[in-house]
Amino acid sequence: MKSVRQTALDVQHGDASALSVLEESLARIRARNEELNVFLYVDEEGARAAANAIDERVARGENVGALAGVPVALKDNLCQTNIPTTCSSKILEGWRPPYSATVVDRLVVAGAVPVGKTNLDEFAMGSSTENSAFGPTRNPLDTSRVPGGSSGGSAAAVAADMTPLALGSDTGGSIRQPAALCGLIGVKPSYGLVSRYGLIAFASSLDQIGPLTKTVTDAAMALEVIAGHDPLDSTSLPEPSPSLVAHVEDGVAGKRVGVVRELIDGADEEVVAAVERAVEVLKEAGATIVELSVPEFRLGLSAYYLIAPAEASSNLARFDGVRYGLRVDAEDVTAMMEATRTAGFGDEVKRRIMLGTYALSAGYYDAYYGQALKVRTLTIDAFRRAYQEADVLLGATTPSVAFEFGSKTADPMAMYLSDVFTIPSNLSGEPAISIPFGIGEAGLPIGVQLLGPGRSEAQLFAGARVLEIADGRP
Amino acid sequence: MTLRDDWEMVVGLEVHTELKTNTKMFCGCANAFGAAPNTNVCPVCLGLPGSLPVLNVRAVELAMAIGTALHSTISPSTFHRKNYFYPDMPKDFQISQYDLPINAGGYLDLPDGSRVSIERAHLEEDTGKSTHLGGSGRIHGADRSLVDYNRSGVPLVEIVSGPDIRSSAQARTYAAELRGILIATGASDGRMEEGSMRIDANVSVRHSGDALGTRCEIKNLNSLRSLVRAIDFEAARQVELLEGGATVRQETRHWDENLGATSTMRVKEEADDYRYFREPDLVDLVPDQAWQDRVRDALKPMPAERRAVLTQRLQDPAPALLDALEVVIDLGLDPYVIAALDAAVAPDLALARAANEIASDLEHVENLSIESYVATLNMEQSGALSATQAKTVLGEILANGGEPALIAQSKGFERLASGALGEVVAQLIEENPDEWSRYSAGDEKLAQFFIGQVMKLTKGQANGKDVIAELQARR
Repeated sequence: MKSVRQTALDVQHGDASALSVLEESLARIRARNEELNVFLYVDEEGARAAANAIDERVARGENVGALAGVPVALKDNLCQTNIPTTCSSKILEGWRPPYSATVVDRLVVAGAVPVGKTNLDEFAMGSSTENSAFGPTRNPLDTSRVPGGSSGGSAAAVAADMTPLALGSDTGGSIRQPAALCGLIGVKPSYGLVSRYGLIAFASSLDQIGPLTKTVTDAAMALEVIAGHDPLDSTSLPEPSPSLVAHVEDGVAGKRVGVVRELIDGADEEVVAAVERAVEVLKEAGATIVELSVPEFRLGLSAYYLIAPAEASSNLARFDGVRYGLRVDAEDVTAMMEATRTAGFGDEVKRRIMLGTYALSAGYYDAYYGQALKVRTLTIDAFRRAYQEADVLLGATTPSVAFEFGSKTADPMAMYLSDVFTIPSNLSGEPAISIPFGIGEAGLPIGVQLLGPGRSEAQLFAGARVLEIADGRP
Repeated sequence: MTLRDDWEMVVGLEVHTELKTNTKMFCGCANAFGAAPNTNVCPVCLGLPGSLPVLNVRAVELAMAIGTALHSTISPSTFHRKNYFYPDMPKDFQISQYDLPINAGGYLDLPDGSRVSIERAHLEEDTGKSTHLGGSGRIHGADRSLVDYNRSGVPLVEIVSGPDIRSSAQARTYAAELRGILIATGASDGRMEEGSMRIDANVSVRHSGDALGTRCEIKNLNSLRSLVRAIDFEAARQVELLEGGATVRQETRHWDENLGATSTMRVKEEADDYRYFREPDLVDLVPDQAWQDRVRDALKPMPAERRAVLTQRLQDPAPALLDALEVVIDLGLDPYVIAALDAAVAPDLALARAANEIASDLEHVENLSIESYVATLNMEQSGALSATQAKTVLGEILANGGEPALIAQSKGFERLASGALGEVVAQLIEENPDEWSRYSAGDEKLAQFFIGQVMKLTKGQANGKDVIAELQARR
């Protein structure tokens, strides 16, 4: 499919109808969805109505918005009015939200056409999309491998050319890691830049919504549309959406790029090599390279696996069978709640609810959750020190390219290590972007990661664009 | 009630008051009592997946007003989640305040001269309301449970006193005085019967001077009468246990109004670990000094101050007037009474019409100006209106507004001219010769008979004193 930018231009200028763009998207979904298990629900009727409405507005000469006619895939933890929303969990069976997430409303106002809901690890807990109650998603680039996770369905939708844009959510790397494994741009924005209203929470203090696209400019366009203050989210930054597209070609001349040892160590050789090539490219483009060590990043994984489950144990309490979704009847209300949650949640979700409940329990709070919060503060301080020496940081997105199905499911710790390079940015609430940079031995894409201080997205897009051009995508 | 021997009860109260905001604490739904079930609800107060709370600024202001009135320190505070599963709590956690409440410390001085310390007064959200059908009427063993989420997310302030209360009477005085303060701050309507003020009582007993005993918490007392009865029952129960050589088990107890007894609800050892942690969906609440000052400046005089002023004006009020005085102070009606006293209305009348007539239609109090109140009482005192007529006039103004003189006229409440009254009296004497002869012989009780007859014939338009004058003139 054409890029987001080209699609919007074509539709705005009447060179293509939104409906024809949509039909192409739907045809591609029909062709491969059974094989790849990308979409859990496709709203053909609603999407056609939306596309027709855009075409009518174009015919009337109206301004149809920055994303006119762009088909978009939504991770199935984003609410859309009256569209089944499952979080890939049996517990939400049959639930149709009576409201839309702020990001969905904003996409629609900008002319984008939501086509359907994509598969994810149940409640976004996982790094391979193997934890879905509705079966795993396959990586379109090699169907024997995972697409990454938890936004694996959204990444696969773009990688398989089903839509040029997808939204995911990133709690510990859930946008960037699948972007890396599927050869895409994936952005985890600054905490508070994008409203979380209507995103079914995994870990509220870490979750952010962001785009997955094939080009840096497309990602910047999408983020401009979904970012900006939302009065419905108290943690939303009180600022309008930043100007991003205008800065994509700013380059990196004069910028200091910090290469962080802890964001490379432990990665496969081919991944390390890709980061080293990226360093050379940025240097040639006029950046100053600074070698940095941030030992605190090594603690991030442990802190994350206490903070995220703790918040999740509370966020997921509401799935109790009383008001919506699955209900397994039993002799009294307590037994009903137990039976419902036992039947409705998968193993990984149960594992994290138990971990989180334990970490918050009286007598353990200080040793676990309290300690993790201290590590979080240390991480934030460490980032601040690093940004005194560098404007952006560079590292790998993931330790390896896409791995094979089942290779890490038996060992949760091995799976958790997939997120070791992405987690620090969630803990600090700062932005990071994954850019495909080179191809590994198995012919699979490698992702490198640029990290920046809060609200430095424009700078990250500029750096990513330099790498994109050097990687042969001018 | 006093405890036998040298036992002393130690009581601390937790008072939950619903705040009188237009909307709920974290969403735009109406905060209204009595709507059809599940009509004032939205994704936020139903806790639907993906919804997020947004703090109601008015609720914060009312909490600050309560804190200011209780001499608390208003502090930067945070919200926490209190996690437990219950079907009337849509998120299965309650957003509350924990280690950093908005109001810390403070005290409340009672009319009897005692002082009760305040530990904290914090903000939290209310739950929905469950109705259990069949079985025991409680959640376990019910055939069916219904939940109304209209109350879910209604803003509450929980006011926690120190363990300073030593009798059920003092507990009652504290609760009543606090209720007056809540009404005066505009935070609450103080209607216990509608659940807008609910009390939990922590009760323990000890021999005077000993360390604190083990306490039991009695939940959800919803009238001052229940509060007094429950505390007395519970203290006596504990004394009996201890005197029998047993110990008091720390537990939460339920008050049964019909049985007049408390019973075990849940034992504290199994107690709930609420796994409190900072609510990540809300930001810290840091009211700046200017905001605190605005709240303080907007506060109206508190009951203690108004009671002192009114008591002084009444110059040693007769004991019979004290109940009416308390009602007037509680409901903030003292400006009416003071204006009437200024216009030389008798104290009993000035108090009674406020404590009875205005109090019975408090919702419409804004329809009755102080001037109209004074004018009506003047007409009553001068005899231009009978007591019945004056009450009718006040009721009419409260219901629909209007001027007392015009209402009296339109209802035909004009004082009977003495000629017309004379004719009525003469007619009655003729029709009731026996009664008249007994009255003539000096049986003064019969005056009431004639007054009653006159009122009947004149539909209440006559004045009792005028009737007696007519009768005496004919004796």
